[in-house]
Amino acid sequence: MTAGTPFFLREAWLVPLFPLATAIAMLFVGRRLSRRAIEYACCASVLVAFLFSLGTFAQLIALPTGHRTIVATVFEWLPAAPVHLAHGGGLGVFGAEWAFQIDPLSVVMLLIVTGVGFLVHVYSIGYMDGESGLYRYFGFMNLFVFMMLVLVTAANLAVMFVGWEGVGLCSYLLIAFHFKKRAAADAAKKAFVVNRVGDAAFLLGIFATSATLGTIRFEEMAPALAAGHFAVGNGALTAIALLLFAGATGKSAQIPLFVWLPDAMEGPTPVSALIHAATMVTAGVYIVARTSVIFAMAPAALLVVALIGALTALAAASMAVVQTDIKKVLAYSTISQLGYMFLACGVGAFAAGIFHLMTHAFFKSLLFLAAGSVIHALAGEQDLRKMGGLAKKLPVTYWVSLVAALALSGVFPFAGFLSKDLILGEAYRQNVLVWVIGYFTAGMTAFYTFRMIFLVFHGEPRGHEEMPVPAHAKHRTMMVPMILLAVLAVTGGWIGWPEALGGSDRLVHFLEPVIGTPNAMRVAPVHGPGSMGGQLRLMVLSELFVALGIFLAWYMYVRRTDLPGVIARRLGKFHEAVWHGYYVNAFYNAVFVSGVKKLALELGAFDRHVIDGVGVRGTAWAMRAASRAAGWWDKWGIDGTVRAGAVGAQVVGALTRYVQTGRVQAYMLFIVAGLVGFLGYYFYLAHHLAAHAMR
Amino acid sequence: MQPSGSHILNVVLFTPLVGALVILLIPRARAEIQRLVANAFGVLGVVVALPLIWRYRAGADAPRFQFVSDHSWIPLLGVRYTLGIDGLSLVLVLLTTVLGAVAMLSSWNAIREREKEFYMAMLVLQTGMLGVFLSLDFVLFYVFWEAMLVPMYFLIGLWGSERRISAAIKFFLYTLAGSVVMLLGILAVYHSRGTFDMRTILDAPFGADTLRAQKWLFWGFFVAFAVKVPMFPFHTWLPDAHTEAPTAASVLLAGVLLKMGTYGFMRISVPMFPNAANAYRGAMVVLSLIAIVYGALVCLMQKDMKRLIAYSSVSHMGLCTLGIFALTPLGLSGSVLQQLNHGLATGGLFLLAGILYERRHTRLISEFGGLATPMPNFAAIYMIVTLSSLGLPLLGGFVGEFTVLRGAFEARWQWAAWGLVGVILSAAYLLWLYQRVMLGEITNPANETLRDLSAREFATLVPLVALSFWIGVYPTPIFRAIDQPVHKIVEAVNPGYYSVAAGPVAPVPASAAAKAR
Repeated sequence: MTAGTPFFLREAWLVPLFPLATAIAMLFVGRRLSRRAIEYACCASVLVAFLFSLGTFAQLIALPTGHRTIVATVFEWLPAAPVHLAHGGGLGVFGAEWAFQIDPLSVVMLLIVTGVGFLVHVYSIGYMDGESGLYRYFGFMNLFVFMMLVLVTAANLAVMFVGWEGVGLCSYLLIAFHFKKRAAADAAKKAFVVNRVGDAAFLLGIFATSATLGTIRFEEMAPALAAGHFAVGNGALTAIALLLFAGATGKSAQIPLFVWLPDAMEGPTPVSALIHAATMVTAGVYIVARTSVIFAMAPAALLVVALIGALTALAAASMAVVQTDIKKVLAYSTISQLGYMFLACGVGAFAAGIFHLMTHAFFKSLLFLAAGSVIHALAGEQDLRKMGGLAKKLPVTYWVSLVAALALSGVFPFAGFLSKDLILGEAYRQNVLVWVIGYFTAGMTAFYTFRMIFLVFHGEPRGHEEMPVPAHAKHRTMMVPMILLAVLAVTGGWIGWPEALGGSDRLVHFLEPVIGTPNAMRVAPVHGPGSMGGQLRLMVLSELFVALGIFLAWYMYVRRTDLPGVIARRLGKFHEAVWHGYYVNAFYNAVFVSGVKKLALELGAFDRHVIDGVGVRGTAWAMRAASRAAGWWDKWGIDGTVRAGAVGAQVVGALTRYVQTGRVQAYMLFIVAGLVGFLGYYFYLAHHLAAHAMR
Repeated sequence: MQPSGSHILNVVLFTPLVGALVILLIPRARAEIQRLVANAFGVLGVVVALPLIWRYRAGADAPRFQFVSDHSWIPLLGVRYTLGIDGLSLVLVLLTTVLGAVAMLSSWNAIREREKEFYMAMLVLQTGMLGVFLSLDFVLFYVFWEAMLVPMYFLIGLWGSERRISAAIKFFLYTLAGSVVMLLGILAVYHSRGTFDMRTILDAPFGADTLRAQKWLFWGFFVAFAVKVPMFPFHTWLPDAHTEAPTAASVLLAGVLLKMGTYGFMRISVPMFPNAANAYRGAMVVLSLIAIVYGALVCLMQKDMKRLIAYSSVSHMGLCTLGIFALTPLGLSGSVLQQLNHGLATGGLFLLAGILYERRHTRLISEFGGLATPMPNFAAIYMIVTLSSLGLPLLGGFVGEFTVLRGAFEARWQWAAWGLVGVILSAAYLLWLYQRVMLGEITNPANETLRDLSAREFATLVPLVALSFWIGVYPTPIFRAIDQPVHKIVEAVNPGYYSVAAGPVAPVPASAAAKAR
């Protein structure tokens, strides 16, 4: 680190340590602190981290474009050890240091994590009012922010994996916050184990990266790729990309590992907002963007990413349409939106994926917080069918929800519009199939979003007419963060205002030095030049479809409220399949969970009856049989001999009686003779053994 | 060889034995004094070993074995009393002293009959275990290897639970069978090399021309070590012994005794019979992988907490042997770290199970549930130990697993992939165990008023947790200490490993990486 590096950039590795400090304090002394102290300390540490991040951001953009990567190595973690590289790559090293990298990508993530994180922390003060175990809640939330910051600032894959597993742990701890509830504990365990499946693939990806490129440091990957003269489509690189992506499907809840996220809604709602919408679940997108140099060399892997993303977006949106639990709608919506981000990465528009990650963090966390306010107002009710007409009771919540819904639907000029249309535009140029799926999903998104809005806030109240709104449901600490997020849900996307609308794609250009579009794709877009006019046409097209979705939602859930039931009955089996999430959970339970449990039982029986039974006990039986035989031999063979000996001794005794004369001299003579005999024998033995040992 | 002047290893080795003699002199009725003295000697055992940490010289040009104490013992047979340590034994010696002290302290309330014999057995066991790691003479090694069986046999057989006698006998016969074959192996080594000195053979291992002899020797030692580790399918003594043993013995069994097997592989089988080790590499790895997956799966159906932890040991020790027989530097050094972490994490799990057993006198998982409510501190420590055991980063377990698997990947990526199946399953069985014991509502009224951790119980657990964090965050000193021995083992078994040309990506020195760009 040269002395000339500005302060915040030089010391950016401190950012994660602020929330870590309060997290540790909570776990040690939290139980003895007052609620006020816990709330202030834990919110303050995230705020400080946010301000520090702002300083880092300001100093980073002051640097010239080509010099915006700063790595701080704190100390050694796994010392570099020699390792043979794959494909005859010779002797390399494998190791890792606690190193943190600040560049445009990580600084954007820093701001999202600490910014949204701070707002959710403040919201939690009101939301968690009256809950016991507050120190645990805030301690784990702070720990989560720490882990997430480690994840996004890590300078190598190993440190990134620390954050990666760490956020998974915090997710586990917070889903199981109400640990007395069976469903919460089950959901937490499921989330962890399903994520572990992805993590295993991810670890293989790390090993493969190290074996192929000889490094796991992010900034050395591009030079290593250049030095290794890898061809585009290289098998090893494709394997790496697919393995890392497999890890991402776990954390970011994509097909086939998305099943844990809907269950994770058992956690407190602010947890869902921060972890299961805004930050942790986007880690998969982040890592794909972070290793985009590898993905860019692996078109086959990119195609897989795009297709999985598109299919997940579509399937999850369809599931969101039929959910009746407000948080489940949002969970499936999150899965669907994450699909969009992967779709973007898959068509090479990594920066667009990160752009959508950012806008989604604003509007989706806002939707969750608003849902939390609704749930609180209805004393814990989450069923959309029992809501309705809440716009009057919760005006602020209604308006911010509307803003977030417009952003999620992608209505101009809300934040979601700008990022989603950038993605669809790129998709259109690269892969029409993917674009069609994305386009269709956009309409569905508008439909299910407004279905939710209409069911919650419009129409007649369904079962809560007499219920007064509890005071804390409108607590100031809950309202202010929501309003701030609403502002971001409108304006947050303007930083990426596209050229087609007279802007300059500023965010994309800011991110480009770290995660550019793959050159191969930039040179030859498949579908014509992305002219301004073409892009505008695409935007208008998608807006029309979105409008149709909103209209349908209005028609079905405000105007003709009998229609949804009729349609559901008409669709019959298909509706049921969607309702059950296409039976994926049932399938996994039947095949993997039950299968593994059955296998475990069988192996347990095998261990007891075969290995221990036949092997060990069988040997023991054989030993007993042998010992019985030996016993027989002992009794009749050896003992017989001994008894024969006894008889002999009697005879000898009878004879030697005559030697026992009672005269001392005679005894002395016997003693000396015996000694000489023994000594002679020993000397002979020693000599013999020594001679043997010399040999 | 010349006798040397260093006595520190003698002190380390015999401090517990002196403790046992002191306890012998205390009248039977004064149990509390016996307890105090035993614990004092437990702590003293750690204290006298501490200077090893700063006096041990790591690095390529440091002597291979240090603090050597070499004396004539049975000159007629060429048997010498030779102690000495390298990085591998250093790590295991320190682990032994720490776990020994912790196990001693954990018995304070648990053992309330025949305390005198109990503490004497514990201290004699301690000397026996240390002797195995310190000996550089085959006969001495064998003497300690066998001597350590006796106190352990009594610890299980006298202070264990219901089925203790059968478990003790099973343990004794199993391991004795292994060690008898090893004795033949030792005699065969002597027969062909004319020395019991391990250093001589390590300096000049059996050559390629002796492959046939090496193969016989390898299998001879293999039985002894595989039983101890235990490798599949020699593992069935472990669940019985662990389950029936008192807590302290379980901790030492899992924490130290199992490592005698892996230590044997690293000290004897691989570097002394390198050609055989290469020849049987595939078989050893397959056995390790079976142990990893099989042990983890069998964990999932256990109803008894200690049996579950015992099978998890089978799985985790499989990772250790996988690392060793990957025959790569990362595999070997990762294996040492994994052994260390397994000792800390599984030792911790047994302590926690023992704490519950003291309160409820049952080990059945179904008897518990919802304990996090009456025992929040216990719940927190249990969580950390669980996380360390399942290999969460920032805790020790991860460092070992990560390095072992990278080393295995280097040999064959499929080996790492199968190892990772065990990593996935370990999360499943450990978190499920945690859920069934700690989470949910309290369903059994007997659990409602359980006491949280006492100060003494804290004192047994905190060192393990603290060490686990330290290894998770800054394992560099340990890697440094074992670097040279690992290098020597790899050179013996895989000559030319280090002379391969450097790859296209030159390692960037840390100072360059730290530079701002």
